[in-house]
Amino acid sequence: MPDATPTPGTLELLQGNLGRLAGIGLVMISVAGALAYTGGFLSTDRLSADRMADALERSGGATQKGVRRAHSKGICIAGHFVGTTAGRRISSAKVFDGGVVPLTGRFAEATIDPYTRDSAVGIRSMALRLLPAQRGEWRMAINNTPGLQVSTPEAFYDNLVASAPDPVTGQPNPAKMAAFLAKHPESVAFLKRMKAKPLASGFANDSYNSIDGFIFVAPDGMRRLVRWTMKAEDRFEALDPGKRQNMPANYMFNELLARIDRGPAKWRLIATIAKPGDPNRAAELWPDDRQRVDMGELTIDRVESEAPGNCRDLNFDPLILPSGIAASDDPIPFARSAVYASSFRRRAGEVTPPAAVPNQSAGAAK
Amino acid sequence: MSETLRRFPLVSRLLHWIMAALVLAMLFIGIGMVSTTSPDYYRLLTIHKSIGITILILVAVRLIHRLLTSAPPLPADLPRWQVLMAKATHVMLYVLMFALPIIGWAMLSAGGFPIVVFGGLRLPAILPHDIAVFGVLRAAHTVLAFLLLAVFLAHLGAALFHYLVRRDDVLQSMA
Repeated sequence: MPDATPTPGTLELLQGNLGRLAGIGLVMISVAGALAYTGGFLSTDRLSADRMADALERSGGATQKGVRRAHSKGICIAGHFVGTTAGRRISSAKVFDGGVVPLTGRFAEATIDPYTRDSAVGIRSMALRLLPAQRGEWRMAINNTPGLQVSTPEAFYDNLVASAPDPVTGQPNPAKMAAFLAKHPESVAFLKRMKAKPLASGFANDSYNSIDGFIFVAPDGMRRLVRWTMKAEDRFEALDPGKRQNMPANYMFNELLARIDRGPAKWRLIATIAKPGDPNRAAELWPDDRQRVDMGELTIDRVESEAPGNCRDLNFDPLILPSGIAASDDPIPFARSAVYASSFRRRAGEVTPPAAVPNQSAGAAK
Repeated sequence: MSETLRRFPLVSRLLHWIMAALVLAMLFIGIGMVSTTSPDYYRLLTIHKSIGITILILVAVRLIHRLLTSAPPLPADLPRWQVLMAKATHVMLYVLMFALPIIGWAMLSAGGFPIVVFGGLRLPAILPHDIAVFGVLRAAHTVLAFLLLAVFLAHLGAALFHYLVRRDDVLQSMA
């Protein structure tokens, strides 16, 4: 529409409104700034999952690409779980309903180098993905350790930094570790327990602990703080430490393949119920007299090497929980969930190297 | 001026402002949740998935509604390059509001994760399990989220430019 006064050009418009333009710019910068603040870009002390994953990568010297940033040497397993009546009374999760719940999983060793010799690693884990029909998937990643060395993500990070090899010497700095332990008596106690605990000769005769506290929600709505142990039915046998040093590089995995070839291996899922006041801190154990409930039996009858599409490509996020099991106020599982996601994202964008234990399988699938 | 003001239909205006709040919230939730290993990570991620699906539903309703109704015209004296910028940013907003939740859903599918929203509704996987596909989609989710942030800020700046500098009816037509 032609007007009496000519419409000003864009340049005149901008020149005549510098104050207002500055105001608009300020609004836009404020929104961006608030986002930067929320994302932790303006602070150096926020413990993000990426920062923890960076520390995990540095903890073993060189980063191994294409594999998990922790527990990277492993093998896939499969089998099933059957819950008990007693289990159904304290958790309404579908996995305990008494039906045969198919599952896949993974045995692994706590190393960031998937080609480490088995004799060099003392911490082992079992990861499971229980898949009841329809809904109610449950994932867990549990360890053969008596608790965890720390109770908070921040302490876990400090421990990683203190134990990392010095970039110059390539060796851990004992003074840094001593300073960490001086501040963390719970870690000293953990190391003492680890030293006292004989190491199992294989995966199948070892037991694995949830480490963290979770809430079991009963059908009547009652919420109980629990930890659980996957207790081996195979008789525990320790391996003489001197003999262990001379074992083949993959002796743990070879032994597992041979064990499952002879027949299924079994565990019982034993839940321990906390009493009011028991510490929900991963580095602190509960007294031995706490009530235990036999929740069901785990059967592993197949083992196979890591390969595309099997357990290799799954994230055993401990917060993938069915209705009937919930996170507690233990801070560790939240951090594990976040850091596992970071590790999963990193390796998904990298080329996966060949499995340390290639092209082997045993059990029912054969 | 207000006598001749032509506004967007009420449904458009409602959808616009509800989604503006949800998208802005999602940008904050998304950037906040990946910055921490505290319990907030899990709480924010849980909310993030439900709001994402809500945005996907709303943007679908909104696109259909937008195609069935007519929008008020831009001011006749708006320079041609600004008209093109306006059209481009609106197309990008629509594309990104579809793309981000669909990629989020697809990447969780390819990652082999169960997808649970609204406190218990299990969504089906829309892609087969493939960790390499997950890797690509997960990276795209971040890049496109920052692109959405940039387009969101441009849209906000342009709305204020119309209101405060050009002093035309563009912002009021959505108010």
